[in-house]
Amino acid sequence: MPGILRIALKLLINDKSKFLALLLGITFAVFLMVMMMSMFSGILKRSSSSVLNIGAKIWVMDPAVNNATSSIPMPDYVLSSARSINGVKYAVPLYFGGALVKLKNGSYQAATVVGLDDATLFGRPEMIEGNIEDIFAENAFLVVKDAEFSKLDRPAVGSEFEINDNRGVVVGIAKAASSGLFGVPTLYTTYSRAISYIPSARYTTSFILIEPKNDADTPFIQQEIKKLGYQALTREQFVSKITDFYTFKTGLGMNVLLMTTISFVVGLSISGQTFYTFILENLEKFGALKAIGAKGGELVSMILFQALFTSVIGYGLGVGLASTFMILAKLRMPDYAAQISFPILGFAFVMVLVIAGFSSYIGVRKVLRIQPFEIFRG
Amino acid sequence: MASVAVRTTGLGKWFGEGEARKTAVCNASFEAVYGEILYIVGPSGSGKTTLLSMISGILKPDAGDVVVDGKDLWKMAGDDIADLRLNKIGFVFQDYHLFSRLTTAENVAIPLILKKMDWDEALKVALHYLEIVGLKDRAELQPVKLSGGEQQRVAIARAIASNPDILIFDEPTASLDGDTGRKIVEFVKTNILNEKRCIIIVTHDSRIYEYADTIMRMEDGKITRVERNGTQKGVVA
Ligand SMILES: Nc1ncnc2c1ncn2[C@@H]1O[C@H](COP(=O)(O)OP(=O)(O)OP(=O)(O)O)[C@@H](O)[C@H]1O
Ligand SMILES: [Mg+2]
Repeated sequence: MPGILRIALKLLINDKSKFLALLLGITFAVFLMVMMMSMFSGILKRSSSSVLNIGAKIWVMDPAVNNATSSIPMPDYVLSSARSINGVKYAVPLYFGGALVKLKNGSYQAATVVGLDDATLFGRPEMIEGNIEDIFAENAFLVVKDAEFSKLDRPAVGSEFEINDNRGVVVGIAKAASSGLFGVPTLYTTYSRAISYIPSARYTTSFILIEPKNDADTPFIQQEIKKLGYQALTREQFVSKITDFYTFKTGLGMNVLLMTTISFVVGLSISGQTFYTFILENLEKFGALKAIGAKGGELVSMILFQALFTSVIGYGLGVGLASTFMILAKLRMPDYAAQISFPILGFAFVMVLVIAGFSSYIGVRKVLRIQPFEIFRG
Repeated sequence: MASVAVRTTGLGKWFGEGEARKTAVCNASFEAVYGEILYIVGPSGSGKTTLLSMISGILKPDAGDVVVDGKDLWKMAGDDIADLRLNKIGFVFQDYHLFSRLTTAENVAIPLILKKMDWDEALKVALHYLEIVGLKDRAELQPVKLSGGEQQRVAIARAIASNPDILIFDEPTASLDGDTGRKIVEFVKTNILNEKRCIIIVTHDSRIYEYADTIMRMEDGKITRVERNGTQKGVVA
């Protein structure tokens, strides 16, 4: 390390109270920003969990649908029309709805029921226990072992319950790639059983799942579905539609954005302010260095180094703190939705660099302006 | 005849504009030579610090020239002036301006580090100069733990560490008691001054006049008198 930076480092960390205050400001800002964004990203991921779990390539729905759990049923002709589109390998109906489950102990629990196409069981989950074929048995349901599993009283194969006054039997336990947002357990059954057990309006098809013969056929299929007055979205498009819905149409995104901005501003002002006082207190010394023969560029590099050093350490502490917090929270609450991702870490890092840049900018301006003559005059 | 370290001709500096304009230094011409101690004395506000700053490349004059070691100082680029300060001039500021967050040795090493000397090497050299000023055993202490006179000696060690040809002191004894002040200047005269060095000292302190080779008197920004060899011993400024 060049000697001049070593001096800068010593000036910084030997001033323990200021250094700690600086670190605290940045750590705090990073912690809050990462927490906010991770929680939001966790929520978003969960909001599309059904789409991810079912795994179909193309979803057909009413254009007004903006998330998987509140579908608008479609008439049967859409399914037959979809099947006759060129490039469609197969198209199957999917039932998606809510039901009330009465448990053995007499309590009620809301649940999401997914009805899989009887012929293909397309969208079937991975099994942990039991056999998928058992879904055709009388009153058969699969229970998804996600974070909500315990709300059904931790059922086992053979457990019985009532669903909308019909009998239900658990024939298997399924694995979920991703838990849902709404805190209700999920049951799988066949499409025909779902529509006969759960009261519904005239139309029963929540979604139509399409497997194209070839990925290149997708745009054509989408075009043809559009002609029917419906919308065909790829899995990615559907996920981003759901994400946009929660981000922009529920106030959730705005609030998170606001909180993130507030944490950023708080961190910025704490660190900016502290760094500024630090520079002010050392201004005379910087002036003396200038008088001794340090060049402007050298003083600037000292300040940038100090700001960068503090920021990187503060960033590490903040991210570490947020991760620890999330790990602890998940240990206590399996439902806790936060998830850190690289884009979040990257974004927080950029924000920290902005804080560092801002803090050093005011410092640099001050330092470049000092006249050693003023120092000299005492 | 000793060679000239610093020569100024018609040096002038004004502060402020219009009505408020004030002349700090006016038409100052003088020479400081190697091997000698030059005192600049005069009442407060007479322009001593302003003059020092102009000859050391810290404050740009409004009139006149400064020639340092044969070079026209104010015709040089900013970074070159900084280099000249680093390599040729050593400063001892009135209130020392030592870094309280660094050790005494690190403080002394600063000019060397600015000269891009390797850190360990610079500290070794710093120790040598601390030894010269008799403070080798304080090398690891923070300057605030030292007495005023010791801090002044640290400041001197820092000023001479880069082995400059010209040493500039502004009021070196102002915040020291009379005895300590005398000892410091005596020390400078016997240990720091040599025939290749020029030392310029600004002072109010008549008790140390006896160590000067030349005393230059300023009043109202003008040089009013220059006397050789301390013949004005005991004159109150
Ligand atoms: N930055 C400035 N702006 C305005 N006036 C200034 C400035 N610097 C110096 N002066 C004025 O210039 C004059 C000379 O100041 P200078 O500091 O050189 O005096 P000095 O002889 O060193 O005084 P002292 O013995 O008190 O240190 C003073 O009248 C002072 O007020
Ligand atoms: Mg002065």
